[in-house]
Amino acid sequence: MATAKEIVSFRDVAKIYHGRAVAVSDVNITVKEGEFVCFIGTSGSGKTTTMRMINRMIEPSKGSIIFKGKNIRKYDPVKLRRTIGYVIQNNGLMPHMTIKDNITLVPKLLKWPQEKMDKKATELIKLAELPESYLDRYPAELSGGQQQRIGVVRALAADQDIILMDEPFGALDPITRDNLQDLVKHLQETLGKTIVFVTHDMDEALKLATHIVIMDSGKVIQDDTPDNILQHPANDFVKNLLGEERLLQAQQNTLSVGDIMSKNPARITLGKSLSEAIWEMSTKHVDSLLVTDDNNKLKGYIDLETINEHYSKDSSVSDIYANNLIKVKKTSFLRDTSERILKQGYKYVPVVDNDNTLIGIVTRASLVNVVYDAIWGKEELENPEDANLPASITKGSENA
Amino acid sequence: MIDFLNQHGSELIIKTWEQIYISGFSIILGVIFAVPLGILLTRFPKTAKYVMSFTSMLQTIPSLALLALMIPIFGIGKLPSIVALFIYSLLPILRNTYIGMSKVNHNLIDAAKGMGMTTMQSILHVEIPMAMPIIMSGVRLSTVYVISWSTLASYIGAGGLGDFIFNGLNLYDPSLIIGGTIPVTILAILADYLLGKFEKKITPVTKSSEV
Repeated sequence: MATAKEIVSFRDVAKIYHGRAVAVSDVNITVKEGEFVCFIGTSGSGKTTTMRMINRMIEPSKGSIIFKGKNIRKYDPVKLRRTIGYVIQNNGLMPHMTIKDNITLVPKLLKWPQEKMDKKATELIKLAELPESYLDRYPAELSGGQQQRIGVVRALAADQDIILMDEPFGALDPITRDNLQDLVKHLQETLGKTIVFVTHDMDEALKLATHIVIMDSGKVIQDDTPDNILQHPANDFVKNLLGEERLLQAQQNTLSVGDIMSKNPARITLGKSLSEAIWEMSTKHVDSLLVTDDNNKLKGYIDLETINEHYSKDSSVSDIYANNLIKVKKTSFLRDTSERILKQGYKYVPVVDNDNTLIGIVTRASLVNVVYDAIWGKEELENPEDANLPASITKGSENA
Repeated sequence: MIDFLNQHGSELIIKTWEQIYISGFSIILGVIFAVPLGILLTRFPKTAKYVMSFTSMLQTIPSLALLALMIPIFGIGKLPSIVALFIYSLLPILRNTYIGMSKVNHNLIDAAKGMGMTTMQSILHVEIPMAMPIIMSGVRLSTVYVISWSTLASYIGAGGLGDFIFNGLNLYDPSLIIGGTIPVTILAILADYLLGKFEKKITPVTKSSEV
């Protein structure tokens, strides 16, 4: 994503209605190709105004908007709009046109040959996951969800590579909305379209977006990835918008390995003898040790069973340690690590920093702690009885 | 009845034709003038109010007086009657066009514009088709009015079925009055019926026939 081209960028954009309050001000947003950007905010936050400035449905009062390297003022507004898909809340299907005519509305404006339009219509009705026979029907004969499916695919008819969506699913029931969100996300991912999506529904934004712009009273409050917004909400407004529950959940989702690892795992250096290794195991009450070199770089591991087999022949840890070890970086997300531990049956995963220096370990017990936090909440830890339980498990089962 | 037809048959046909000619011309002029004006006015809502009240005011002039007023300007004959009836036809058509156009679902206009239709394309392909039923009901209303009012046009020498009625009045001959009135009524009903058919034909379909 970092190398993707900018497709739209707002530079100090403001919209001031004559004699009225400022609708939008100081907007600086960059949308890159292939991004799914959600503008989110309460009503009157300027999110729709901002979006509508992209296809010149609203002209900015100040600042400039660059679309594909050129100021949008340099484009003919009608031609510009034909290159930008547009989906609105109440689907905007023309009731007096068949589904086919609705889908091929923009191609018709662009004077495509009939054959090409027919092909496109068939192709898009498939994308909308609706039967081909629907092409000859009228919008009133379709359900709300089906209509909006057409509304969505219609925005792709002239191969637009950017699509604006203004609260497209606001009027749909939750199940239909969910299906359509999946459809849009799927289209965006498989076709590589850039989508600018206005919503007031945080769940929707978090589900769909790769980039969220939070707006309030005409200003951009935060402009970042969903993960970063969840982890570092810019202010109380953002926190409120996200809600307590989501923040707590998000913390678990975005918890890094470094946050939960136990420091000082049981370890031994390469040069030590096997008897020293056994001694170390018995004092730490563990059955395996992580092996490091003198600079504390992780080399592998050694377990009791191996020592048992080789005790008579070999004498040094360096002779028999296993190096087929799965390890994780301190900064990687816990959600990925826990999957490895739980699904693939590892008892523990050592944690290293960028130079492969051993800095900690994640065990099943550390995961149990996280689960406790999630179920009982952090504040429960103040209660000593509850807090003791996971802590003691941690200690007792270190490396086990 | 048969006597009446024998006596006035050919005259009746000519007068009916004149009636159709006068009212038809006025209505066509009215549509040509009022529909575009009504569409134009939706773009200037402030001006619309004044234009609407002005046309309403024209409507309040007694029809006979309006016809008489035409004489100093256009003399007598068909032209002044057509002008006067044209003025009468304006209001229903204008008002219905204006209302019909401004009642078009704003979402559709927004979608049309947002997808890259020019203002003209949006008016022709979206707004007029959507407003068509309301515009047409204005045209039908005007047509019925104008057909019946054009009987008065004979008063300023335009001819038409009004001649029968006025002659009947002058000669105290009820058969002439009835002989003039019935065709006017039939004409009005027929015109309304045909326009209704026409309306159905040009009103866009929103459902496929087999459901």
